[in-house]
Amino acid sequence: MAIILAQNLTKKFKDLLAVDDVNLEIEEGECFGLLGPNGAGKTSLVRMITAVSPPTRGNIWVLGKDLKVYPRQVKAILGVVPQLDNLDPDLTVLQNLITFARYFAIPKQEAYRRSTELLRLFQLEDKHNSRIRELSGGMKRRLLLARGLINQPTIIILDEPTIGLDPQARHLVWQNLGELKAQGITQLICTQNMEEAATICDRVAIMHQGRILTQDSPQALVSRYVGDEVLEIEANSRNRGKIIEKLTSRGLDFVDMGDTIQVCHVGRDELARTMMNFPERLRQRPATLEDVFFRLTGRTLVE
Amino acid sequence: MKPFSWRFIRMWQRNRDVFLRLWHAEAPGFVAEPILVLLAMGLGLGAYVGLVDGQRYIEFIAPGIIASYAMFSASFECTYGSFWRMEHQRTYDAIIATPLSVEDVIAGEIFWGATRSLMTGSVILAVAAAFQLVHSPWALLMPILSFLSGIMFSSIAILFTSLVPSFYSFNYYFTLFITPMFFFSGVFFPLSSFPEILQTLSWILPLTPVVHLARALFWGEFHLNLLVALVIIIVLTILFFSISLVTMRRRLTV
Repeated sequence: MAIILAQNLTKKFKDLLAVDDVNLEIEEGECFGLLGPNGAGKTSLVRMITAVSPPTRGNIWVLGKDLKVYPRQVKAILGVVPQLDNLDPDLTVLQNLITFARYFAIPKQEAYRRSTELLRLFQLEDKHNSRIRELSGGMKRRLLLARGLINQPTIIILDEPTIGLDPQARHLVWQNLGELKAQGITQLICTQNMEEAATICDRVAIMHQGRILTQDSPQALVSRYVGDEVLEIEANSRNRGKIIEKLTSRGLDFVDMGDTIQVCHVGRDELARTMMNFPERLRQRPATLEDVFFRLTGRTLVE
Repeated sequence: MKPFSWRFIRMWQRNRDVFLRLWHAEAPGFVAEPILVLLAMGLGLGAYVGLVDGQRYIEFIAPGIIASYAMFSASFECTYGSFWRMEHQRTYDAIIATPLSVEDVIAGEIFWGATRSLMTGSVILAVAAAFQLVHSPWALLMPILSFLSGIMFSSIAILFTSLVPSFYSFNYYFTLFITPMFFFSGVFFPLSSFPEILQTLSWILPLTPVVHLARALFWGEFHLNLLVALVIIIVLTILFFSISLVTMRRRLTV
């Protein structure tokens, strides 16, 4: 049984269809990534799943419980890590965790025990008495993550967990998330970082204009939409038109990126034969989730 | 309207903890100012004011000053304070992702605002007692009246907060609503000195019944009108409390 099940989920704002008839099934223990450009509807979708925004249409079940009927019970087993820092700046680091534990009705001593343990786990123990404004971006993000775990959630939902972090801090967060996965905690992650999605997610869904375009494991998406390798032709010369004509006539699958042309699902030798009469250089590189993302959501800015 | 639950106490505790950390930054506002006003107006202006029944002017204004500053405490807490927590610190967003509902959060805010009224009212009452301005043991009920009126003023304030787009909107609230009440609810002069029409109008202001009750408690003199005053307070409280829960849910759960 899916741990999160959403059916025909729709969210409409005044004149914007933010989420358009989305179906989603997230399995217990998996790390599921929601990918999409800005305005794709990821945050609206997650706000509905975390019971802070009522769907315009559709239903959500978490652990078999209807979210409309049992919002409190569902929220009690969710850990939510928002993108924007909403730590309580009026309280110290430790007080932030203890106060949050109180919202979950965790007894005082237990709250203190869990808080100090989480601070140790996230390497924040020497900061326990600091004000929030004294923390670096990475520390704040780790504290948000610690706060999201204070109720020992079954599911943790993260919105852009590593945005704005330096590589060291990012890897530390990924490592933490890996440990949570090993403990069997289901994860739902919104991200625009393709490397993040490919590294930590078991499955990803690509969202665009309120809809889920496709979902599968990152590897499966890459081989389905791009192939294992991408061949790039540097094509800013006057031959560009001719090259495109040639590729089209051969029925090859390519994307015109402006300065380069990316050819998918093709062997190097086959492409080399096709390009025999052109002097342009060919570059071969492994295909990534980013190529899939571009293929599906286009290259133009959405907003 | 969805009802709030006992979990509102968690929001109240959060605000209490912050207050205990930062109260010294706010103390001048809620303690020193009312005492200054009481002494400056009461003793300074009071020297030129003769009241009909031989009362001293400072005795006349003391209960109204308590009622007014209880109102100010709740109003500041649930306008600037609540808006800051809601929009700038995003504290509400963080909390409604936990088992607390919007209604619990707002009820916690309202009862915290009322607690601020209770504290302010009690401190000024103690000062007034020290200056021997209190003439009846009934005045011991003043903190309860402060708390009750605090719920009312917090509810009105947070309703306004749930509707406004920005911080600057609160200028309207204080200039056009709170300050007129301070002057026209019978704190500084008896309502009977107003023209008939203004007397009637002043009963629309929610501070007026509070001032009447406060003055009665100070002197231990009761009459039937006070029952009306109490009913007005209770009805307004229930009304604004309920509406604010609805408007806040609408604002926070888009």
